[in-house]
Amino acid sequence: MKSFNYTIQDEIGIHARPAGLLVKESKPFTSTIILKVDGQQSDAKKLMALMALGVGHGAEITITAEGDDEEAAITKLEAFFKANL
Amino acid sequence: MEKYSGKKICSGVAFGKIKFYSKEENQVIRKKIKNPEEEILRYEIANKKAIEELGELYQKAVKDVGEVNAQIFEIHSMMLEDDDYNNSVYNLIRSQLVNAEYAVAITGDNFAEMFGHMEDEYFKARSIDVKDISERVIAILNGVATNTKISNEAVIIVAEDLAPSETVQMDKDNLLAFVTRLGSANSHTAILARMMTIPALVGVDIKKEWDGQTAIVDGYTGTLIISPDEDTLDKYARIHQEDIEKRTLLETLKGKENITLSGQKINLYANIGNSTDLASVLQNDASGIGLFRSEFLFLEKDDFPTEEEQFKVYKQVVETLAGKKVIIRTLDIGADKQAAYFKLDKEENPAMGYRAIRICLTRPEIFKTQLRAIYRASAYGTVSIMYPMIISVNEVYKIKEIVEEIKAELDRDEIPYGEIEQGIMIETPAAAIISDILAKEVDFFSIGTNDLTQYTLAIDRQNAKLDDFYDSHHEAILRLIQLVVNNAHKEGIWAGICGELGADLTLTQRFLEMGLDEISVSPGCILPIRKIIREIK
Repeated sequence: MKSFNYTIQDEIGIHARPAGLLVKESKPFTSTIILKVDGQQSDAKKLMALMALGVGHGAEITITAEGDDEEAAITKLEAFFKANL
Repeated sequence: MEKYSGKKICSGVAFGKIKFYSKEENQVIRKKIKNPEEEILRYEIANKKAIEELGELYQKAVKDVGEVNAQIFEIHSMMLEDDDYNNSVYNLIRSQLVNAEYAVAITGDNFAEMFGHMEDEYFKARSIDVKDISERVIAILNGVATNTKISNEAVIIVAEDLAPSETVQMDKDNLLAFVTRLGSANSHTAILARMMTIPALVGVDIKKEWDGQTAIVDGYTGTLIISPDEDTLDKYARIHQEDIEKRTLLETLKGKENITLSGQKINLYANIGNSTDLASVLQNDASGIGLFRSEFLFLEKDDFPTEEEQFKVYKQVVETLAGKKVIIRTLDIGADKQAAYFKLDKEENPAMGYRAIRICLTRPEIFKTQLRAIYRASAYGTVSIMYPMIISVNEVYKIKEIVEEIKAELDRDEIPYGEIEQGIMIETPAAAIISDILAKEVDFFSIGTNDLTQYTLAIDRQNAKLDDFYDSHHEAILRLIQLVVNNAHKEGIWAGICGELGADLTLTQRFLEMGLDEISVSPGCILPIRKIIREIK
């Protein structure tokens, strides 16, 4: 299992648009990708669940990936968070 | 005649009959079904159809309102592909043996409620998106075509609230204006209305009995007038006529070059003061943004905007312009533009005081934050920076040092950025007079005629008593402009105008003769100037 931590810089947080983009980024990977925040978690491939977490500005999140392409998934998603959130 | 006020979303006026729009609540009846797999198949077909419709809607919205704003429909189709949403529908059908319509309605309500209970206003507002997609699927299941034809005649739509998809779907030819009770100035619907340039008001205390009555929507003042009297109608008919004339001009001149009959070309750019002006930049067919006043980012806040906040706004503007040039002017605060948290002292003579680049160079932390945000945004399109209130070449050296520091930092952090043209505003007589020296150090000049005129003529524009002395066509100003253009061209750089004088149609020909390369004006002035340019021999 691979993971990274990130603090959300975006003013609104993981709102509809970035949540949609995150799902798009995560879906091509076969690994199970999980977003954890404040003891809650969601599958990063599920839009509604991601939005339901209500991840706001300043939230400290952890992304974990587990599976054959976990390495690539983490690299790609870390870059995604830095660029978009 | 009755008047109501609301929050204006998009300017313009409209008059006509009111059509009270209420969502055709798709009656959902709970039915027992025998074959759940058959019912699931029905749902899957409807779901696929809904996603197709949203795809078409997305395409339509890209054309009408631009890609960034159209993305909401992509999100909508992703919601319909969401596993949790679909599993909920399947489970209801299988476990309770209910019809697909009912399963979707319950699922939609549950998800909408979940969002509705969230603390954050933004996420709370997403419940309307879930309802919107669920209603679409139900309409398809019911065999009801989603209604795109609102009426056979042009109408003012009055509604409780409008979903983004309803707004975009409405047949634009018969749509005069929107008036709603709910919705905020920042809702997706408001943004869409703005992009479609349809006069719109929100927060109006609407009444059902208005249906069929004549009304005026004044998007300039935020007023709705029900059953207007003759005089009022006449007045608005005139305003409306002017609007139509403008629009006709727009239609014939859109997409045309800014070129004189003898073949001289000039760039016509737009001045903007806020990212909400972007729609009118695109509608008026500006070749770029010649002056993006970054002050609003500072004036709207109670504290310094962060690099991230600034970056987002610059990026949005740069992306919306899709490769066309965006010239961002660094912070021009002080004098008549004050923000309390800057804690600036009261001055005897603020126009000549501690303002603009003078603040930036003495408080570099503010300046650097802004420059970093601009540089980061430059990776997304074509960005130029210009610095206000320059009087000496030393200031340019200092700016360049700071810019180099920023670039080194970004390189070190491996943050991408683009090539940025560095320019200065020529708005002091000093800068105009030494423009031969300055031209060696920068990539372009933009002449700020408002301040240049005030400083050259020593006339305070705020003082009405001086109006008789003020002459915007004063030969001194025109000579300074000519001097600046000549000095720019000698060093092979370009020179433009971004002050109010640029919009003075009686000077357009003179500006072309002077050899100006660019004129930047408020978006609404672009097409009238283009018209004149194209008639000049």
